[in-house]
Amino acid sequence: MRKKHDWLRETYQKSLEKMPERPVAHRTLSDIAPEPLYTPEDIGVLDPEYEEKRGYPGEYPYTRGVYGSMYRSKLWTMRMFAGFGTAEQTNERFKKLLKAGQTGLSVAFDLPTLMGYDSDHPLSQGEVGKCGVAVSSLADMEILFEGINLEEVTTSMTINSPANAIWAMYLAVAKKKGYDWKKLGGTIQNDILKEFIAQKEFIFPPEPSVKLVIDTFEWGPKNVPKWNFISVSGYHIREAGSTAVQELAWTLADGFEYVEAALKRGLDIDEFAPRISFFFDVHNDFFEEIAKFRAARRIWAKEMRHRYRAKNPQSWALRTHAQTAGVSLTAQQPLNNIARVAIQALAAVLGGTNSLHTDAYDEALALPTEESATIALRTQQIIAYESGVTHTIDPLAGSYYVEWLTDEMERQAMAIIEEIRRMGGVVRAIEEGYFLRELAEASYRYQQEVERKERIIVGVNAFTDEIPLKVPIQLVDPEVERVQAERLARVRRERDQKRVEEALAGLRRAAVEGQNTMPHFVECALAYCTLGEMMNVLREVYGTYQEPAYV
Amino acid sequence: MDRRIRVLIAKPGLDGHDRGAKVVARALRDAGMEVIYTGLRQTPEMIVSAAIQEDVDAIGLSILSGAHMHYFREVKRLLDEQGASDILLFGGGIIPDEDVPRLKELGVAAVFGPGTSTQEIVDFLKRAVPERWRAQGLA
Repeated sequence: MRKKHDWLRETYQKSLEKMPERPVAHRTLSDIAPEPLYTPEDIGVLDPEYEEKRGYPGEYPYTRGVYGSMYRSKLWTMRMFAGFGTAEQTNERFKKLLKAGQTGLSVAFDLPTLMGYDSDHPLSQGEVGKCGVAVSSLADMEILFEGINLEEVTTSMTINSPANAIWAMYLAVAKKKGYDWKKLGGTIQNDILKEFIAQKEFIFPPEPSVKLVIDTFEWGPKNVPKWNFISVSGYHIREAGSTAVQELAWTLADGFEYVEAALKRGLDIDEFAPRISFFFDVHNDFFEEIAKFRAARRIWAKEMRHRYRAKNPQSWALRTHAQTAGVSLTAQQPLNNIARVAIQALAAVLGGTNSLHTDAYDEALALPTEESATIALRTQQIIAYESGVTHTIDPLAGSYYVEWLTDEMERQAMAIIEEIRRMGGVVRAIEEGYFLRELAEASYRYQQEVERKERIIVGVNAFTDEIPLKVPIQLVDPEVERVQAERLARVRRERDQKRVEEALAGLRRAAVEGQNTMPHFVECALAYCTLGEMMNVLREVYGTYQEPAYV
Repeated sequence: MDRRIRVLIAKPGLDGHDRGAKVVARALRDAGMEVIYTGLRQTPEMIVSAAIQEDVDAIGLSILSGAHMHYFREVKRLLDEQGASDILLFGGGIIPDEDVPRLKELGVAAVFGPGTSTQEIVDFLKRAVPERWRAQGLA
């Protein structure tokens, strides 16, 4: 049995060499100094399964955290999702967030961008800049990151079907500004499977969509080695109505599907797996959420090591972003959402998340205002700096309930993962409508429980005396559409048309011949091809996808 | 009353968040109504033509993307244009309170925000649709 002092001497020390302890008082308010970690040894009990099931932070099976010193050295990244209107407006918001102490950027794009349409496309009408920023070409991306040092911030971009194109635009901005791709850090969501399951922002059918994702697996580590080219997401699955167990199981199943597709292409697991990251929802059921994060790390580690034979420990470690549950927020008595978000954020932290976005209290009404977004960030800072939960790593380990629930969630999730494997994998299960059926059942069941008051939602089906309150609403200026259309017209007028056509022809060739598309996307971005032009090339080659309308 | 209420539930525009639309569709069906769900990414033209073809009593639009003013206005305009202005138009999603009166002015009969119980929507239709039938001399 490995002893705690061995872990302290080896893993913990090694972790501190990379990142020393934060220079804050790791002491309680009574001046008690907690150790970095507590194990059964500390309370004189035996836990024969300790090593196999729980282990130590920074060591297999990573149940207790992926890094040796976790928050003692480095807090999670406070990464607030933002984007609305024009690139100019969002750039301004980014700068304010960085000034407010945020530690990473996170870009929300509008629906036309997410669906691969230019701002001036007929289908974009009424949607431009509404729930994110409009990006139709490199010109927009250049404005979006104007005055921000791309080697110093890490940027996360929530983009899926057009992920290759949008990432290429970001890299083109960096290249034009003289930044070194080897130093760039960030994440593209790029998880198309969960789009077919839950969020529905797909363009092409599943197979070519997955092919585009694997292009980034192959090209990313060689060219932008610090970039997470995928964030396998449970968030949207949960928001679409799944249970926590389904979210856990389907997200990991998606992750394994990508791993298998990459292995089929002949890629080396230990080259790409360390750059796979995850993204989970964190909902109201406090302990269930904590158990979910711990179980996710354990399942991923076990499967990557034993089923897929990865040898690099970094391939076993599940790094994750988390976001509080938008779907749990109420339009009634919106200030109550501040309490919900605080509880959810605390669960994410106790679950050992590596990055966190906290929702603003007015989320169920409209886009967050600057004030509500700041309160959400302050909520994280209060947990980080005032609550004392960061004194010691994985403080809930050893709780009978938390450990039992972690085991139970692992057991149930593995049963679902096995079921999906028997169906022939995630893509087959999508084609059979499995996820649609399961989601419809789960979300309808939940709604009925709420209506029968078996589940109480404060301010909605109980305690409904409303104190009249005026919530200021952030509205998007309809001018956005005009500004975008003008900018696009200028881009089309001023660019080198011959270079555009050559770049698009190169992209088409790569798609037709099944080569890696990434170098061609970069060339298209540099040539100021629009997003719509790039996506149209692929629409012609791959076709588009319509899902069956199932209720 | 032996005539069944027919409702079209639609997701206009690019937004794919269909959880609410599907839960509502199913609740209306459980309440004995005939429900047609159009699926995702419908243009206003598609929605109105489906509504007329299916001879529905009401159209419910679910919009979470902030583009609600645009889509309700377009659907209403097309209904009027095609002589189907008597079809009840209602909706829900992420719609700020300020916009509700503006939507009602356009002729949207009801807007159900987040947290509405499905029973409320059922009750609304069971009240409003027969009124419409009586007005048309159908019931």
